[in-house]
Amino acid sequence: MDPNEELGACIPRLRRYARALLGARGGADDLVQDTLERAWRKLHLWRRGAELRPWLFSIMHNLYVDQARRYGVDTLSLDEVDLDIPVRATQEDLVEVHDLQGALALLPAEQRQVLLLVALEQMAYKDVARTLDIPLGTVMSRLSRGRERLRELMEGRPRVVPLKVVR
Amino acid sequence: MKVLPVTEDDLQAYVDDQLTLERRDEVEAWLANRPQDAARLRAYQQQNEAMRSLFAPVMDEPVPERLSAAVRPARPGGPAWLRVAAMVSAVGLGSVLGWTLRSEVLPLQMAQPELSSHAVRSMPASASGTGLARRAAIAHAVYSPDVRRPVEISADQEDQLVAWLSKRLGVSLKPPILGDLGYELIGGRLLPGDAGPVAQFMYHDVSGKRLTLYVSHETHDEGETAFQFAEEGPIGVFFWVDRGMGYAISAGADKGELARVALAVHAQLRSK
Repeated sequence: MDPNEELGACIPRLRRYARALLGARGGADDLVQDTLERAWRKLHLWRRGAELRPWLFSIMHNLYVDQARRYGVDTLSLDEVDLDIPVRATQEDLVEVHDLQGALALLPAEQRQVLLLVALEQMAYKDVARTLDIPLGTVMSRLSRGRERLRELMEGRPRVVPLKVVR
Repeated sequence: MKVLPVTEDDLQAYVDDQLTLERRDEVEAWLANRPQDAARLRAYQQQNEAMRSLFAPVMDEPVPERLSAAVRPARPGGPAWLRVAAMVSAVGLGSVLGWTLRSEVLPLQMAQPELSSHAVRSMPASASGTGLARRAAIAHAVYSPDVRRPVEISADQEDQLVAWLSKRLGVSLKPPILGDLGYELIGGRLLPGDAGPVAQFMYHDVSGKRLTLYVSHETHDEGETAFQFAEEGPIGVFFWVDRGMGYAISAGADKGELARVALAVHAQLRSK
């Protein structure tokens, strides 16, 4: 397949992932467009024969990280650094979240990314690691934590509030 | 044979079916005695399925034009003049360069005998009418060479486009259908104008040639003017004011071609 066609064929998947990643508040198609434009410009850097999908998703991931950096404080949730500190629940945490989309939105972004690539894209773990540029072990721990957190949210169980640490 | 201890990673991989068949059997045997873990993994599998079905509809949505355009080989960027004009206009230097449009009132009765009489009123080109043509020509020069993002909302979301532009301009606005003349709607965008927001609809023909319809409020003495024609370089602009609204058709086309489009647009707008 011609690389342009292949890029085009990936658009629905990129849109799905972006929508799930950013939630309903929009901007998903803008992220996809930026991804396609950057991919288009860098197509000559893409190794022929290599799989296009992880490459495309890693471009999208980098743009997403840039955006998050631009619009928000650069944070890392505490449980990422393996500190489960019990924190007094706030009013917001008492609200039960039964809908999946709402629950996903409450996950730390780094867990949501892994979970979505695994669940929606059905990506092999090593490809997830490559896409997000993190070690395989980190993929596995984020996946495990993300799933458990999601289960708690869906079941409306009280949880440990994720603290944000400014890097 | 000694079975390796089952780890949390194995359990995750079991959920995602990323284990070898042999290892999967071992994990299943391990789970048989651990109902709590088995229930937990079932919940994870349900999460996977729920996420897939929640976002499956996105896969079936038509891909917005602006996205498919982003991976299409760019056509040669059009005449250098257009690209320069686009750049210059984009940074607001158009007026500094003294871009002047020659404007003329056409003897339309001769050129277009079928033209309805109310539109044919010979009038000197008014200052604001020329302003309209100039603004339309600049907008055409800026946006029509844009291969990737020529419009903000594409024609496949016409309802949304119509609702949005109508709301912002405060008048009911529907892009004319120009298929009979060989022009298909690409979409539209909103632009800033002297008297509030301006709408620009973009069309193209089979060869990719683009034509824009510029619609703005005209704070004009007269409620309407005759058709007028102006041109600068390769861009021809056919424009008129009707019931307080200014309309301008711009394209790299000759006067006859633009006149046909202008008449069709005028007729469709009037029939509403």
